[in-house]
Amino acid sequence: MQIDPELQHLIIATVIKATISCLVLITGFAYMTFTERKVAALLQTRLGPNRAGPWGLLQPAADGLKLIFKEELIPAGADKFIFLLAPILTVVPALVILAVVPWGPKISCCVLDLAFGAKPTSIGFRLFENEPLGISDLNVGVLYILSVASIAVYGVVLAGWSSNNKYAMLGGIRSSAQMVSYELTLGLAVVGPILLAGSMSLNDIIAAQKNVWFIVYQPVAAIIFYLAGLAEVNRAPFDMPEAEQELTAGYHTEYSGMKFSLFFMGEYIKMIGLSAIFVTLFFGGWRGPFVEQMPILGLLYFWLKVAASLYFMIWTRSTHPRLRYDRLMALGWKVLLPLALANVMVTAAAMLDATLLGWVLGGLVVLGGLVVVYNVRRLRAKAGSVRRMRA
Amino acid sequence: MFTEILRGFWTTFKQNFEEPVTVQYPETRRPMAARFKGRHELKRYDNGLEKCIGCALCAAACPADAIFVEASENVDEKRFSPGERYASTYEINMLRCIFCGFCEDACPTEAIVLESNYELAFTNRESSIFTKEMLIVPVPAGGQPTPQRVEAGQYERAIPEMKDPA
Repeated sequence: MQIDPELQHLIIATVIKATISCLVLITGFAYMTFTERKVAALLQTRLGPNRAGPWGLLQPAADGLKLIFKEELIPAGADKFIFLLAPILTVVPALVILAVVPWGPKISCCVLDLAFGAKPTSIGFRLFENEPLGISDLNVGVLYILSVASIAVYGVVLAGWSSNNKYAMLGGIRSSAQMVSYELTLGLAVVGPILLAGSMSLNDIIAAQKNVWFIVYQPVAAIIFYLAGLAEVNRAPFDMPEAEQELTAGYHTEYSGMKFSLFFMGEYIKMIGLSAIFVTLFFGGWRGPFVEQMPILGLLYFWLKVAASLYFMIWTRSTHPRLRYDRLMALGWKVLLPLALANVMVTAAAMLDATLLGWVLGGLVVLGGLVVVYNVRRLRAKAGSVRRMRA
Repeated sequence: MFTEILRGFWTTFKQNFEEPVTVQYPETRRPMAARFKGRHELKRYDNGLEKCIGCALCAAACPADAIFVEASENVDEKRFSPGERYASTYEINMLRCIFCGFCEDACPTEAIVLESNYELAFTNRESSIFTKEMLIVPVPAGGQPTPQRVEAGQYERAIPEMKDPA
């Protein structure tokens, strides 16, 4: 059976890129744990781990070895198949979500084109030419990201259920409820950049940010996306479901050894993935100075921006106290979701027509004023009255 | 509300540039307080004789029954302490010791003192018994190692004279 050489090239390139992506993400996870400990320590005027290897750089290896040697316990009444499946259902979507994010512009490798007089020559061998640095350019890339993020919820709730432990179950339910509610807000927050770019494909969104990054046009959407993303990955200040001080580690209480490290891996890889998507949607992805001349710089800019976003996540974790669970859900449903909806309305109106924009803005201001007045009157009425427990 | 969030961020970010307060143990060891109760030491006089006279008051005072003392008589040819007796066997079981310092308070000659050594890890139960050789301080400069050979009649008192601390 003869395979079309174009298809052959596509398959080989995709397999290689996917392998590289997985390896980079897993190594990134390992050093992300190390970076988090170091950065959080420096923000608290102490040094992080510095004993394992020079400057503590072999700490993730030491942690990995320790987890491999740990005893793998499966609780007595646990549903064995689901217990073993849940960590896998958490890690695989995290790895897969980055399939549509481009790491850089199209690059060619190992070819130097020269022109001596009238005769052009090229030195080197063509390893690849004009290869896009993303695993695939789906034309519904953003939709793919949102759907894969929803699959990750299964892993959490199944982990809580199969542990045969009521507190793990409660932790799993709380965590999955949080993730599901913030997914709505996440979806609405990305509508802004999609409207501005006119397409759901991430490559088109990056192309539309040629002159100005979308953070300038959509600051509110960026903040909402970031907060919703933090809640999606169960990360501080939204990490109540897995806070060690409450619920004794929540849905992954009963997990030990390598399975626990798979949950950890899922969380950190989702963090990296979220940063990558945030950077692509609002900060121009791989765009930066001199990218047209030297396409390899795009790779550098992309990862620098992702690193800055990850630093910001660790900084947030070190700075802010945890939100109580009911206030966390209230924030998602009562504050961020309406704001995201308002953002969609304003963006759509602004793209169509100025008078429409005026009407929309006016309507929103009136609505917002009504909400504020209602809440102020409610709080004023409650002030001074004793807070009673519900019977 | 947003200004508070940003001020919080600035507070933590400032600390990035402050000197870390971590002490790199075991390269750096910080000194302990003056009355810190660490490992015991059996002291000597300046001439090299041991202060311990084997009276076993420390063993009697110990609430955890960690000290074991056997006394023997001093002879002038082999003199260990300026008194009638010396401690020929002196063992402290560190697994029993609670580091209360009652032995230090009970000692009439200020022989047993709790010093500032806190690095006492051992790996089996047998090595938890600290013997006299491990606890006695080395001979000070200008002193003779024990057992010493002294002239007859120099140390007549059964218990050496102790003056009140100044």
